[in-house]
Amino acid sequence: MTLSPDDIAAIWLTLKLASIVTVLLILISTPIAWWLARTQSWLKGPINAIVAMPLVLPPTVLGFYLLLFLGPQGAMGQLLAKIGVSPLPFSFSGLVVASMLYSLPFVVQPIQNAFIAMGDRPLEAASTLRASPWDSFIHVAVPLAKPGYISAAVLGFAHTIGEFGVVLMIGGNISNETRVISIQIYDHVEALEYGQAHTLSLLMIVFAFVVLAFLYSTQKRQKSKGLTGGLL
Amino acid sequence: MSSKQDHNPLCVQVTYQHLKTSTFSLDVDLKLPNSGVSALFGPSGSGKTTLLRCIAGLEPNKQSSITLNGEIWQSGTKSIYSPAHKRPIGYVFQDANLFPHLSAKENLQFAIKRANSAQPIISYKDVIRLMNIEAILSQYPAQLSGGERQRVAMARALLIQPKLLLMDEPLSALDDALKQEILPYLEQLCRRTSIPIIYVSHSLDEVIRLADYMVVLDKGRAIEEGKTQSLLGKLGTSFSRYQDASVVVSGAVTRQEPKWGLSWISFDNQTIAFKQGDEKLGDLIRLRIQSKDVSLALSKQDNSSILNRLSVLIDDLERDPKDPSMIMVRLLAGTTTILAKITTLSAHNLRLEKGQTIIAQIKSVAVLS
Repeated sequence: MTLSPDDIAAIWLTLKLASIVTVLLILISTPIAWWLARTQSWLKGPINAIVAMPLVLPPTVLGFYLLLFLGPQGAMGQLLAKIGVSPLPFSFSGLVVASMLYSLPFVVQPIQNAFIAMGDRPLEAASTLRASPWDSFIHVAVPLAKPGYISAAVLGFAHTIGEFGVVLMIGGNISNETRVISIQIYDHVEALEYGQAHTLSLLMIVFAFVVLAFLYSTQKRQKSKGLTGGLL
Repeated sequence: MSSKQDHNPLCVQVTYQHLKTSTFSLDVDLKLPNSGVSALFGPSGSGKTTLLRCIAGLEPNKQSSITLNGEIWQSGTKSIYSPAHKRPIGYVFQDANLFPHLSAKENLQFAIKRANSAQPIISYKDVIRLMNIEAILSQYPAQLSGGERQRVAMARALLIQPKLLLMDEPLSALDDALKQEILPYLEQLCRRTSIPIIYVSHSLDEVIRLADYMVVLDKGRAIEEGKTQSLLGKLGTSFSRYQDASVVVSGAVTRQEPKWGLSWISFDNQTIAFKQGDEKLGDLIRLRIQSKDVSLALSKQDNSSILNRLSVLIDDLERDPKDPSMIMVRLLAGTTTILAKITTLSAHNLRLEKGQTIIAQIKSVAVLS
């Protein structure tokens, strides 16, 4: 049960992808989650639904439309070609874009729940202490939502590591570019290399357990400190 | 209160309709003194908390007008509206509302960093001493008792260096034992700071202990307003029918007899004895006299055990509509009002009537401060 250089390359590529996707998702999910948590607009329902769609759609559906949309004939593909960006499908950048879409609900929802759970009261207290809305957001809302952010980061990261269908559709199987762990396992099984498939699969199982065990045990601690939000 | 302060009061003209439940509306036009404690008093649902939130800018209602010392916070006619964080207020919430992710000390620092440093009113040291929170500063809100949390919250509201301190029933979330623990701090705060305070409460007891001025709210309207002392003595107001209807008299300590353990205050050529505490000659003392502790006699009975017997004038009499067996008699000791709750039968037997001079016998008094 040893890892081949190809396996190790796949592991590094997966970790790199998941890290970049997580950081970018945290940044773009924060305003979305804040808006969804506090708005009274009728758009709240539809936007919530759009954010949650990757939860129910088969990854192949997402991958298929992304392929069409980002491909050389697609609207975004042609636009990108005009400004001199190389086509996104079958590239690492394309994988980042696809993974962000795919993992979006896993990051938005925990943050959104944390913002909802804290309610208006801490922000009201902050405003009576002369804190501007932006000041309150940075120094009260975000720190209070810390458990939500931890859940969001861990889930976003883990979910990106676990993806397969979208990668297969839009990324293909290019070593050091798009061949992530799940694809590598698929390759090993196709090639009847069950030993190597085992090694990588067991690694994934251990990883998933450690991540979830960490999440559930930290959540209890954070709740007792009065912080809000989380997994469930 | 000096006349200068009277010219620059806190003007609050609020019309407010709750967006979702159209059944409640608030419509008041008040001029509150800009010194001392003004109480907004009324039953729950009377709109007192909503009014306080409107003053703070926490309740969006752009049609109202609020001015402090000529400084316009919002004006419906001039389309001026400063949001809560731009108003020079401190706010003490019912349940403290400390930031749970910050320790007590960090909660205070949050206020200090954003305080109005141009016009410091009270120093950090004084606030810590006033609220006696030195020992608990390193604790997180979840580790503090309800009373400790409320003391930290009051300290935090003071450290923002407000020009107006708003307090929303700061004692109502506490049980009686904790209330008794906090009240002395609150009294200290009200007496020692120069910041005008608006204090919301449904407890007459708290209002009597703390407030110089009061507004009685009912169903979103101000039904009575005036100095606590004179309002309490007024017949026909909703609270003179309370079981514990009472008045407050104040005066300087003019005599002390350690041998008998008594002190006397003088006011309007009258004296009242009370149990000696740690007050000194010349101290200003406020005494609460409950109407049920006052009985009436036609002549001075020197053979009575009751020490406090004042010659007073009957100003008015009113039957209690809920209990026809009792009658409330308003008495004037000089200019000070005293209420006596006696049976209607006694009033009839003694042939009490307006303008009559009579002896009020006061069985007991409570020292407020």
